[in-house]
Amino acid sequence: MAKSALLKSSLAKKYWMALTGLFLCLFLAGHLAGNLQLIFSDALHFNQYALFMTTNPAVKLLSYLTYISILFHAIDGIMLTFQNRAARPIAYAKNNAAANSPWASRNMAVLGTIILVFIVTHMVNFWAKMHFDENFPLQTISIENQGQKQDFYLTTDAGYIPVNQVETGGLEIKNRTEFYDTAAKVKVKEGYKDLHKITVAFFQDAKTGLIATLLYVLAMAVLAFHLWHGFASAFQTMGVNNPTYSPIIKGFGKGFALIVPLLFAIIPIYIHFFLKA
Amino acid sequence: MKLTLKIWRQKNAQDKGAIVDYPIDGIEPDMSFLEMLDVLNEQLINKGDEPVAFDHDCREGICGMCSLFINGEAHGPDRGVTTCQLHMRMFKDGDTIFIEPFRAKAFPVIKDLVVDRSSFDRIQHAGGFISVNTSGNTIDANTIPINKDDADKSFDAAACIGCGACVATCKNSSAMLFVSAKVSQYALLPQGKVEAADRVLNMVHQMDLEGFGNCTNTGACEVECPKGISLENIARMNREYLVASLKG
Ligand code: HEM
Ligand code: SF4
Ligand code: FES
Repeated sequence: MAKSALLKSSLAKKYWMALTGLFLCLFLAGHLAGNLQLIFSDALHFNQYALFMTTNPAVKLLSYLTYISILFHAIDGIMLTFQNRAARPIAYAKNNAAANSPWASRNMAVLGTIILVFIVTHMVNFWAKMHFDENFPLQTISIENQGQKQDFYLTTDAGYIPVNQVETGGLEIKNRTEFYDTAAKVKVKEGYKDLHKITVAFFQDAKTGLIATLLYVLAMAVLAFHLWHGFASAFQTMGVNNPTYSPIIKGFGKGFALIVPLLFAIIPIYIHFFLKA
Repeated sequence: MKLTLKIWRQKNAQDKGAIVDYPIDGIEPDMSFLEMLDVLNEQLINKGDEPVAFDHDCREGICGMCSLFINGEAHGPDRGVTTCQLHMRMFKDGDTIFIEPFRAKAFPVIKDLVVDRSSFDRIQHAGGFISVNTSGNTIDANTIPINKDDADKSFDAAACIGCGACVATCKNSSAMLFVSAKVSQYALLPQGKVEAADRVLNMVHQMDLEGFGNCTNTGACEVECPKGISLENIARMNREYLVASLKG
């Protein structure tokens, strides 16, 4: 009698590990492309991108898939790790593991757990604020007119609303981003949440900016090690091992493991050390 | 050669066991590792002590009986050899050598360095065979044409001697290299295709039941395997299992 167990068996757990891991690699590539706008684009384009990412239905679907993947990958990974520990109740007095396997491959669980801690703090710092903070700032710009500086909110229809119009009561802000005409009680325009400002302030904070930058860079180093082994490993798990393709996959995986975390890490370094406030 | 041996001694399966130090002298570099242990045992017996129990049979690298985790590696520091083929010239005069049993929940210690590897037998029984009628009208295997590439790969997989070094060396005590070799040697041949789906599902199921760990693809097994069994076999098994599972 054949016993298939697509959820329970050791191999099935590994398929899920590999599939979620590779999906998370795709997520990393997409997330990186967005973040790089912090260096290569301006605040408006970055905030427009952030708005798109929090409202577009297709992106919503992808983001739910990402949350599920992270959860599943982490839980599955930890379960596998406990099973693996249990499979050797008595440890060797002397084990020369370095003679036969790369360090990263032997420390995926530790590396993964550090990544999980990073993801949670990262989401508290940015994602949660963006989604739930009632006092999240809206993007404004200062325009000089005949020697006088005036602040304006930027709106999603590429318009401007003078900040003092809200202060004097002609307009009011509802639902965190919507401008309402106080008298007519109708929505006139919508502003941008200024994620750019929050991000820059986070990494330029006089007290915590440096340590935040360093911890971010450290987390990316950990991610690099995780991917150094993980990327190619996922293909082996899914049964792809072949003299023609495997060297390409391994090469690409190592390139991905180096370049993606490196580019992520450059962003807070740039903001902390080089971007003018 | 003068050596210090640190050997795992354990009276029986229930005993807690511990590492015991044995200084030894007069070891020739051309002795095999097992011959070196023979010398030690002779000395122990002459002193009236209990000799160190260890597994061995053919002493020419084909039976898979000898085991031993030597200085942190299955079958010791040499590559592509079993412990019986490991020579003392791989060590230096004055070395300290740790000698431990293969460690895995699925390989319980019976005595000293001897472990019970019958979990491998049970995995074999679960599917590591083909069903042929042997009632007298058996067809000669060579009448079925098989392409050379597949025949070679199958033969390479069949070179696995079931020693368990892959399990011993794996940080997860995973038996994937062994099981995948046994799955592959049949999966690659037309005679094995008939039962291929059941075979892989049943063997993996038995592997899981025995309490082996899961594969992290560290590749340690391939490095330590005395027969050079390739990780390609594990990928093949992963493919076979996926296809068999999806077929239901
Ligand atoms: C963006 C984040 C992450 C990415 C892109 C990622 C990617 C991967 C990939 C591709 C693999 C290889 C899968 C395989 O061998 O088949 C892997 C393995 C692993 N990951 Fe992650 N991972 C991430 C986060 C995490 C987190 C948060 C954990 C939490 C514990 C984790 C734990 C593990 C473990 C334990 C393994 C090894 C599983 C095994 O034994 O084979 N990973 N990861
Ligand atoms: S795969 Fe290699 S190490 Fe594992 S049992 Fe077979 S011969 Fe021994
Ligand atoms: S004793 Fe037979 S392989 Fe070593």
